[in-house]
This record gives sequence, C-alpha cells and structure tokens, in this order.
Amino acid sequence: MRYLFRTQYQQDIALWRHNGDRFWYGLLAVLVLVAPALLGEFYIGELGAVFIFAIAGVGLMLLVGYTGLISLGHAAFLGIGAYVNAVLLAQGVPFLVTLPLAGLFTALCGAAIGRPTLRMSGLYLAIATLAFGSIVGTIFQKWTAVTGGFDGFAVPTPYVFGIAIEGATGIYYVSLVVLAFVLWVSANLLRSPTGRAMVAIRDSEVSAQSMGIHLARYKTMAFAISAGMTGLAGALFAHYVRYLAPDAFDVLLSVQFVTIVFVGGLGSLRGAILGAMFVRLLPQFIAVVRDDLPFGIGRLPGLEPSLFGLVLVFVILFQPGGLNGMWLKTKHWFQTFPFKRQTSFRRQKTYAKSERLR
Amino acid sequence: MILFQAEDLSVRFGGIRAVDSVSFDVRQGEVFSIIGPNGAGKTTIFNLISRIYSSTSGRLIFEGKEFTRTPAYQIAGLGIARTFQNIELFPNATLLQNLLIGRHCHSRVGFASELMFLPSVRKAELRHRERVEDVIAFLGLERHRESLIANLPYGVRKVVELGRALCIQPKLLLLDEPSSGLNVEETEGMGFWIEDIKKDLGITVIMVEHDMSLVNQVSDRVMALNYGKVLAMGTPREVQSHPEVVKAYLGGEVENAA
Amino acid sequence: MEDAARILQLVVNGAASGCIYGLIALGFVLIYKATEMVNFAQGDVMMLGGFVAFSLIANFHLPYWVGGILAILITAAFGYALDALVLRRVIGQPQFAVVMLTLGLGFIFRAAAGITWGYDSVGFNTPFTNKTANIGGLVLGEDNLSIIIGTVLLCGVLYLFFSKTRVGVAMQAASQNQLAAYYMGIPVRTIFSLIWAISAGVACLAGILLSPVSMIDVNMGFLGIKAFAAAVIGGFGSIPGSLIGGVIVGIVEQFAGYKLPAGFQEVTSNVVLLLMLFIRPQGLFAERMGKRV
Repeated sequence: MRYLFRTQYQQDIALWRHNGDRFWYGLLAVLVLVAPALLGEFYIGELGAVFIFAIAGVGLMLLVGYTGLISLGHAAFLGIGAYVNAVLLAQGVPFLVTLPLAGLFTALCGAAIGRPTLRMSGLYLAIATLAFGSIVGTIFQKWTAVTGGFDGFAVPTPYVFGIAIEGATGIYYVSLVVLAFVLWVSANLLRSPTGRAMVAIRDSEVSAQSMGIHLARYKTMAFAISAGMTGLAGALFAHYVRYLAPDAFDVLLSVQFVTIVFVGGLGSLRGAILGAMFVRLLPQFIAVVRDDLPFGIGRLPGLEPSLFGLVLVFVILFQPGGLNGMWLKTKHWFQTFPFKRQTSFRRQKTYAKSERLR
Repeated sequence: MILFQAEDLSVRFGGIRAVDSVSFDVRQGEVFSIIGPNGAGKTTIFNLISRIYSSTSGRLIFEGKEFTRTPAYQIAGLGIARTFQNIELFPNATLLQNLLIGRHCHSRVGFASELMFLPSVRKAELRHRERVEDVIAFLGLERHRESLIANLPYGVRKVVELGRALCIQPKLLLLDEPSSGLNVEETEGMGFWIEDIKKDLGITVIMVEHDMSLVNQVSDRVMALNYGKVLAMGTPREVQSHPEVVKAYLGGEVENAA
Repeated sequence: MEDAARILQLVVNGAASGCIYGLIALGFVLIYKATEMVNFAQGDVMMLGGFVAFSLIANFHLPYWVGGILAILITAAFGYALDALVLRRVIGQPQFAVVMLTLGLGFIFRAAAGITWGYDSVGFNTPFTNKTANIGGLVLGEDNLSIIIGTVLLCGVLYLFFSKTRVGVAMQAASQNQLAAYYMGIPVRTIFSLIWAISAGVACLAGILLSPVSMIDVNMGFLGIKAFAAAVIGGFGSIPGSLIGGVIVGIVEQFAGYKLPAGFQEVTSNVVLLLMLFIRPQGLFAERMGKRV
C-alpha cells in the first residue's frame, strides 16, 4: 500500500499522482511508440483501430460515465466526422484543417441535437439518440451526391507536412497522437469546474442546480464534446477503412460504443481504453478460435453480437466497475495481501429511487 | 435590516394549496425557524425559494431585489445556499470534490482554458481549494477528505452537506431538517455549528426543523405553519404556547383546516 | 372514388400496423409505469413469442387458438422469470444501466432464437391468412382486421383486469406508490414480476396477430424501435395514449410510403418521434413529472 505524503494542494490536481505513475505511463508510451518496429502490419492496423475506438470511447465516457447521459446514436457522429473529413479532403483541403473541422462540425451537430433532447430524462435521451442515429444513417444512404450511396466513397490519402499518411503505420501514429490529445484534454476538463459540474449532474441534478450549475448548458457542452471527440475518431476511421460505406454507421455500432464504456468501467478514462481494446479485439479473438470450438459453436452466424450481449449483461449484473474495476480490485488484492476483506468492494444495497414527482 | 422577504407566497399542486399566501421576512443575521406538522408546506417553501418550484402567486425578495422568476441555477450566485431533507450529495464523488462543486458559482474560468488547464485555471483551483479547506477545518472533516460520499456514515454526510452549502459563501443559508437522522449527540453538535455559522460567519439562516430543543437552542424567531398557512410567528416561546399551534400538533379541531 | 378507396386502404393498413406498435408500446408503458425501467428488448420478446407460437402451431400441429393461448402463457412465464432472475437485480441502478442491460438481453434473445429456429423467415397458417371481408362494399384483408379487433379486445380485457380484479388494483397501487403499496401488504416484487409477465404476454399476442401480415424472423424485434415513437406520442405513461400513438405512427408511415421515395418509410417513425420530442416532449397525454426532494 502506497501512502502519499502531500504538502501542497498542487499535488491533488497534478495529472500524475506520483513517480510510479510517471514511470509506468512513460514506459507504456515508449512501448506504443516503438510498437510498429516490433509488430507486423496486421497487428499495427488492429492497434490503430483500437486507438480510434478509444478516442470515441473517451468521448462517450465523458458523456455516459461522467455526466450520466446516454447516447445510442454515436455511430452517427462517427459517420458525420468521417464524411466531413473525407469530403473536404476530396475538395483539396489539407488534412491538418479537415481533421479539426470534422471534430468541430460534429461537436456542433451534437450541440444541435443535444440542446432540445437534454431537457428530457435519461430514458428519452436514449430513445431520441437512437432515432437520430437511424435518421442520419438513412441520410448517408440516400444523399448519394455527397456520400456516393451504396457505391461507397474512396477516402483520399491525407498529407501532414507533405508526408503521405499511408498504410497501417501512418494511421497508427496519427491516431496515437489524437488519442493522447483527447486524453489530455479530458483529464484537464475533469480536474476543472466543468468536469466537476458534469459529475454533479450525474449524481444529483436537483442539487447540482442549487449549486449554481446551469444544467442545460453543461449537458449540451458534454454532449458536444463527446460528439466532437467521436467526430475526430470518425475522421481517422475514414482513413482506417479507406472506403466509406454508408451502412457502416448503424445502431449496432452505436451499441458497440456504449459497450466500450460499460465494459471498460463507468467513470474512468482508463476504462474507455480497456473497453476499446475489448470491443475491437473480441471479434479478432473469435475469428482465431472459430474453427477450434466444439459443436460448431464458432460457425453460428449470430455469435459475435450475442457474445457482446452476454458480456454486457454480465458486466452490468456482476461487475459494474467493468474492466477498470477488475484492475482496481486486483491491485487492491496485491496491495493489501493477505488482508483483502470480502466486503471491500461489496456494493451497498441499492433501492429504487423514483424520479417522479409522486 | 431585512435580508429576505416572502410576500403573499402561494403555490398550488392540482387542487391542493401547498403554500397559501405566506408572508414573512428574515432579518440580517438571525436564525429563523419554520415549524409545523408533516405536510404543512415547510419544504415546499424552501423549494420555492431555491426556485425548484415556481410560485403560483406572490413575490420573493432578497437584498431588496425581486427574484421570483430567476432560474434555479442562478440562486446560488445570489448568495442563497441550501441543504436537503434527505441529503442530495454527489455520492460517487469524494468529499473534497463535493465541496469544490459548492464553489462552482464562484468559478469564472473559460471553457477553452479549462481544456488546456492554463495557469489561470490552476491558480483559480488553488484559491477554491483554500476556501474549501477553511470549511473542512471549520467543520472538522479533515479525516474524510478523500472518502467517497457513498462510503460515509449518515451523520457525516449531513455535515458534508452543510459544508457544501457553506462553500457557496452564502449570505442566506436554508437548512432543511438539519437534525433529521442524527442522534442526540450529533444533533447537539449541529446546534453548535448553526450558532457558529450565525455568530462567526455572520450568515443568516432559515431552518425547517422538527426537533424542538434544537429550534429553541438556536432560533431567534419561529414561524409555525399548518396546511400551507401561517399559524403563528414570534419568539420560540411565544409560538410554542400559541393555542393554534398546540391544536395543530395535538390534532385538536381547527376551524379553517381544509 | 378510387382515390378515396386507396386512402381508406392506407388508413386500415396503417391502423393495423399501428396496433402492433401500440401493443409493443403498451408493453413498455406497463413496465415503465410500475418500475421506471424501459425494456429495450420488448420487440425481441415479441419475436420470441411469435416463434413459440410458430413452434406450437406449425411444428406440434396445435389448433391456432390453443397454440396461440399457450404461446402467450409461455411467453408470460418467460417475462416473469426475466424480471425475477435478472431485472430485479438492477433496481436502484441508474436508468441507463437498465437500458444497456435490456439491449444486451435483446442481443442474446436474437442469437438464441437464431440458434433454435434458424435465420429464415417462417410463418404459420391462421384463420385470417389471405382472406378478405367485404364490409359495405369495402374489401378489407381479414388479417388487418384481426389485428385491430384483437387489439381492441385486449384493451377491454386489460381495462377490466386493472379496474376490477384485486391483482389489477394492487398493480395500479404499486405503480403509483411502491412504498405505500408495500406497507399495505401488497407483495410489490411479485406484482412487478407479474407486470413483466403481462407485458411479455401482450408482446407475444402482438407477434401472433402480426404473423398473417408479415413473416416471423429473428430481426422482427427492430419493430420495437418504432414502438418507441408510439409510446412517446402517448406520453410514456398512458396506456390508451400508447395505442393512439401507435395508430398515428402506423398511418403516418403508410402515407409516407405512398407519397415519399422508397426507403424513407422506414425512418418516418423516427422523424415523428424526434419532432414529438422537440415540440411536445411530455406527449399528447401528459402527466407532469419531476423529481421530489
């Protein structure tokens, strides 16, 4: 067990709590930077995809895990970011402009859809975003002048300072930089008044309001940031798939994003990354073991979504902390060994709390 | 000097008049208690003042300015803080974060500078932290600073909620049943804190309370309500011996009860 | 004249599919009123109910009526078990956890149905398949009429159940105030499970009524998304409201399919839903709600 001796308030708002943090995250950064030299093209491509999903996951984590709002339409934001980026690139706008524009435009879309829906309870938001996602998906398919319809859309190669971002390695590094940026921005936000306001809204709207928090403004803000980050992920996703098909951005993808957040562990940025790893790597894992499973289970057509469903149900029922919670518990077990108590992480009994006014 | 006034305040839910033309004013620096049986409309008055409900008619005035139609999130900024009957803390945040949220209405940093955590944000954060530490020291909460609210005992949570309201640095503090759920010793402690808040911090307090010994200990004036109407107002002694109040509590026949 | 007949045809078709949306929405609303949970797997429960009916009628050669009623009972028992074994565990957790849980359950149901019944569309013979009724010179499909009549009958039964039977009144009480109902000696947990059972039974009925019109397949649960529009129009708390909402959605959808280019019909319910949420989020039959502190 590590006891921190603090002599300054500064230490409580630092990004790294102690030198151990600095060391391990530094080591991780080095590993991630040299990975393309060590791993094959396929693995780097997959890792790049994990980064892209992690960017969207962090965005959604801010919304679901920290503000307590749900969205079942984030695939639409991913799509909007992807198309804005690809269309602008095709017009000859440089990548260093299209990428932030994709993020900004998606953030604006998020604010536009968020503002009216956020007056409603969480349940309505889930339904509204679900409807929004399916409308945007239809627009992608029908607006053939821009998206090319079912023929798809070939995404032009981006250039950064005259260097072509090509192949798995190129996308890998760009995604890594964006992920690092998104994480840094989120961590900053969470230690600022806005981040605390988000947590306050998540835990008690009435009392947040009495603390002077403008609910509509902060909810819209959270929604916009979340959408914007997903838009950034979308821009990168366009380059990852290289060929945009309009039906890629459906409800199932939205559910996958929320799965990232739940499986990773609500209320933790680390959880968003762990969740993204899980969601991206599970299909790969299934592909590898598919033929070795008994009774032909591996060849069942609905295997992947049903596994997602099972994991989701399992996590919500038995492991609400998600992967991050499991990590914390493991760490706690070793730190207090052999004195871990059965009740250390036992949840308090919860009761139905009505949101109705009688 | 009069700090707060409610003029002819009424609110109706469906056909029920929960608060029925209630008028009272609270002087600077006093502790004003509202008593009455369950369902008398005490908490409703608090919800009207913190603008969670909108009044059907009547006016609310604070420091000479009317705020009857001010949105709820601006009330803290006016200098009015409140606590809740059943504790509305942020359970999945630490005590420290809870108190820092109380500083929200004093935060003036821009969103873009927050995203980059510019030095100005850092400076503001440290300043808020110092204010919060003052409150922590005042209420003796040092030991629980890093604990999640969900892991704290009820009595402590009650104090944390008081602390969070103090972090707003209010001029007027609304305490909704500060002693409910507390044991005798904790209630006594709460009484001392309310007196200190009045004397040392100079904050005016409006309190809804059932515990008569606490009311007697700290209140300067008391208002008794029943069925949304004012029964009596005056010193604690006067109000408690008022025949209407006795009837209301002992369930005797009151002519205008309906 | 032909135009008028055409329009009437659209209205009847719309009302029939609207009744299905309304029945699914009814399932949402029953559960929501009682437990403040929303079952995002309601459409998938309907799919399961449809398949159970298919097995009983087509595979075990039971008569339509017997098989149908048995299927409703089986699905209702399934709904009861679902609440007792799974949903009861998440009481008090945030609403979006329930949303995700039921979404996850929906995936599992779909996969389970796919494994059990395969991924092809199936259907069974009903007394109403491919028959027409001639009412006052108007030729209407009996399949559509059976949906409308079935829905009306069910509403009557539910109305009598909720207002006349002890259990029904207890359910109303538990929906309005759990704690008070509990103090009055109503076994609230059992009541909630029973509400889940009724909701699942209603979903199964919707699946059976739908079967002459459209085939049963694993993905029919996506109709549930359209039912949200119905529930929202009805104000998410009103039982007649959700049926009226369903009929509105169904008719609007038929006209959209008639007037708009292909492919847009599928999203009309979503557009109606969003418009409703923007303009009148409390629904047509509102109950004012807010949190109590």
